[in-house]
Amino acid sequence: MIEVQDLTKSYGQVKAVDDISFTVNKGEILGFLGPNGAGKTTTMRILTGYMPATSGTARVAGFDVFRDSMEVRRRIGYLPENPPVYPDMAVETYLDFVARIKHVPAERRRGRIDDALKKTNLEDRRSELIKRLSRGYKQRVGIAQALVHDPDVIILDEPTVGLDPKQIIEVRNLIKGLAGNHTIILSTHILPEVSMTCDRVVIINKGKVAAVDTPQNLTAQLKGGQKIRLEVEAPERRLREVLAQVPGASRVEIDPERAGERLAVTVEAAQGNDIRSEIAAKIVENGWRLFELRGVSLSLEDIFLELTTDDATHAQPSS
Amino acid sequence: MHGLYAIYRKEMGHYFVSPIAYIFIGLFLILSAFFFNVILAEVIKESFQMEMQSMQFGQAPGFDVPAAVMRSFFGLLSTLVLFFTPILTMGVYAEERKRGTMELLMTSPVSELEIVLGKFLASLSLFAIMLLPTASYLIFMVLRSEPMLPWRMLLAGYAGILLLGGSLLALGSFVSSLTENQLIAAVITFAASLFIWVLDIGRGSDSGTSAVLQYLSVIRHYEDFTRGVIDTSSLMYYFSFIVLFVFLTVRSVDSMRWRRA
Repeated sequence: MIEVQDLTKSYGQVKAVDDISFTVNKGEILGFLGPNGAGKTTTMRILTGYMPATSGTARVAGFDVFRDSMEVRRRIGYLPENPPVYPDMAVETYLDFVARIKHVPAERRRGRIDDALKKTNLEDRRSELIKRLSRGYKQRVGIAQALVHDPDVIILDEPTVGLDPKQIIEVRNLIKGLAGNHTIILSTHILPEVSMTCDRVVIINKGKVAAVDTPQNLTAQLKGGQKIRLEVEAPERRLREVLAQVPGASRVEIDPERAGERLAVTVEAAQGNDIRSEIAAKIVENGWRLFELRGVSLSLEDIFLELTTDDATHAQPSS
Repeated sequence: MHGLYAIYRKEMGHYFVSPIAYIFIGLFLILSAFFFNVILAEVIKESFQMEMQSMQFGQAPGFDVPAAVMRSFFGLLSTLVLFFTPILTMGVYAEERKRGTMELLMTSPVSELEIVLGKFLASLSLFAIMLLPTASYLIFMVLRSEPMLPWRMLLAGYAGILLLGGSLLALGSFVSSLTENQLIAAVITFAASLFIWVLDIGRGSDSGTSAVLQYLSVIRHYEDFTRGVIDTSSLMYYFSFIVLFVFLTVRSVDSMRWRRA
């Protein structure tokens, strides 16, 4: 349904989006995960036809977002970070306006508005002025406007931000209910949301794709990669050499703040290897004093931080 | 073109929901009514003086009071319009951008032209509604005039003020689309309007440049209208002016896609 290839957006020297590619299948819910400024909003704006890319292509429902912008816009419902509402309008009037500019034919408008109000639980607020609504309700109006023309694709930029826990659950259920009939992209900072609502996740950092996979695969893949913490009395260089020789060990990091005789070391192991006993054996072999050895497993949070604080290409995607 | 109509409706709705529009129109009408009285009194006084003089010198110049009143009144209206239109247009695009609704419009299947025309026609409609009550004073005067003033003069005058207003509204919309700051938009619009207003200052001289400047002055063409004359070159001027600024506004709105944040 959505194909993005080598998409780049530069502002002068800065590349907000740097050569990203991904696809979204019909009926799927895709999550965009990444820190602020990663390029999530920029990518969404390119997909919705708001701004053109510098290079690369993006296609929605077979239409190129640049060349057939109007066709694409007909088929997309978009909720930006701040719901684009007119405070002086009543909810109903606003939805009617949006329905009109999205080319909903006159005879279907009433029905579509009622449907959108029902899905977002706004029926009893339909005549209320938007400026009188709380943040949570305004957000729902924003979602309603993205639904009112029954689009093939729905793009939501941080849809649960500012909502209370009950409303968050409602919105998540709403989104899940929409999948299948609609293709959805949602961006978020909230990690549990990703594992709970999304079929697949694209992790973006600094304009580049860091990983594309299902949430389960990502956690499994990198969880299998263990981190091992050591406290050992050993000469640094020699220790590094020895640890590098342990099969399955990938990175060795020595905490510089605790230099001196007793080193605090973190060793990362590649997938599926439990190398703790080997490390212990090597240390004993060399006659060094071992004070601590423990494994630390990775949560999705760690994976996220890992992928987004260091090299963007650190993890190997298996999409 | 349903996008255009939807946007037009929304704009009109917004004008009449906020109290500012009512205050604005009210102020305009109070001022125009006040000055109408002043002008009427002045012209009548002057016509008596002329009568006195003509009796003294045995001439009968026949001072046409209603025509003079109409001309002066339309002159006054144009001055009011010069001050009021920048305020009318200053928020047209600024508000949308601040609220993020510009993003909604630009990701919907409506063209920039529909957006610009929808807003422009709405501001023009508001302007026409604002002018409408002033017609009541003039109509009243025309009905009471003897010999009766031809309606053509009244219509020409209003055609003129609508075209003049339309031009300044188009200019103001363009300026509004360039900045997010409403105050700056209003000030720049006023300054620009004033500038093209006084372009005919070189009226006295006969040089070629003076002729060009006179043609470009937005008020120069208006004066013909106030005299009941509808000159096709003036019509062309106003239409070209409006088309030019609508075009520029469309390009400016399009450029919003390229502006950072």
